[in-house]
Amino acid sequence: MLDLYSEGNSRLHTMKPGWKILGLAISGSLLFAVDNILFSIAFLAVTLALFAAAGLPLRRAWAQIRPVIWIFVLIMIAQALFNSWWVGLFVIIRFAVLLMLAGLLTLTTRSSEMIDGIEAGLRPLSRLGLRTRGISLAISLTLRFIPVLASVVREVREAQYARGLERNILALTIPAIVRTLKMSEDISDAIDARGF
Amino acid sequence: MTTKDIVLIALFAALTAALGVIPQITLPMGVPITAQSMGVMLAGAFLGAKRGGLAIILFLALLAVGLPLLAGGRGGLGVFFGASGGFLIGFPVGAFMIGYLFDRYAGRPPLFPSILFMLLGGVGVVYLFGVPWLAVIAELSVWQALAASAAFLPGDVIKAVLASLILREVRKAIPNL
Repeated sequence: MLDLYSEGNSRLHTMKPGWKILGLAISGSLLFAVDNILFSIAFLAVTLALFAAAGLPLRRAWAQIRPVIWIFVLIMIAQALFNSWWVGLFVIIRFAVLLMLAGLLTLTTRSSEMIDGIEAGLRPLSRLGLRTRGISLAISLTLRFIPVLASVVREVREAQYARGLERNILALTIPAIVRTLKMSEDISDAIDARGF
Repeated sequence: MTTKDIVLIALFAALTAALGVIPQITLPMGVPITAQSMGVMLAGAFLGAKRGGLAIILFLALLAVGLPLLAGGRGGLGVFFGASGGFLIGFPVGAFMIGYLFDRYAGRPPLFPSILFMLLGGVGVVYLFGVPWLAVIAELSVWQALAASAAFLPGDVIKAVLASLILREVRKAIPNL
């Protein structure tokens, strides 16, 4: 499956996803509860150490915050204007630690494991009338549909390219949606025919 | 909930993901608009409140478990903690709201009310979650956060118009949807 998982066999890789999610939730709450920049800086050091422990180079930690660098700049400017640059630095460090920790979870956990975790977690709810089989079906269908849709969009784009319409978003989306909606009819018939 | 409902929910979750593949347009002032939040508007408008909201929750769940489904190939739990985390949380509520408005409207709304519904749910409700979140995470006032988000408004209006046009044309092609 196409995911952001990074191969490895450290303790973080083999740990159950549930514990990692719990750890992330506790860390996030602590970061906001303890309103102290020294605490956030210590947490940053721990986070970087965790990346090292998972056998991930530090540039992977940097990659977690690179997409939001311009937001950091904006925060810094706004805080320097309205509060002080010190607050800005505090906010940015806390923000960066959260992004790195969440990224660490994603890098060390396969999507399939996370989905298994969700399904296992939902199972007790089936006694309350929740159709967990329906949820599993929806998840696996979506995973199957994504590459199908991406290729439908690509095909339609190529067809519209021949007409010089490849930059026209309506000429791309309308045929793609019509095609996939027609497909959905056949798919649900096929699932019912197999006695779901 | 029938098999057809489940298939449609999965389809619109996947559609929202696939819209991330369409190259983004950059507005003159340098603000990128992606086609992705149109998935939210379309899910609500086509599927109604309940199924539309569920489709977007499913999209977010797959994003959270680490699939790189956001435009630009981003994904994982980190995106929920990012500056746009609140907007993501607002997505399913926005889809629900749009679906609710379309469900309440007797018959099929003409273009203008349709655009208005998409704006109320897809922009109004989504910003209601996104702006306070941005304010908290960046320690800004709500007004400063709103001013920072306002750059995306022209793109959002364009998307509401496009989604309404798509809705109208697709319904012409498949009348019994």
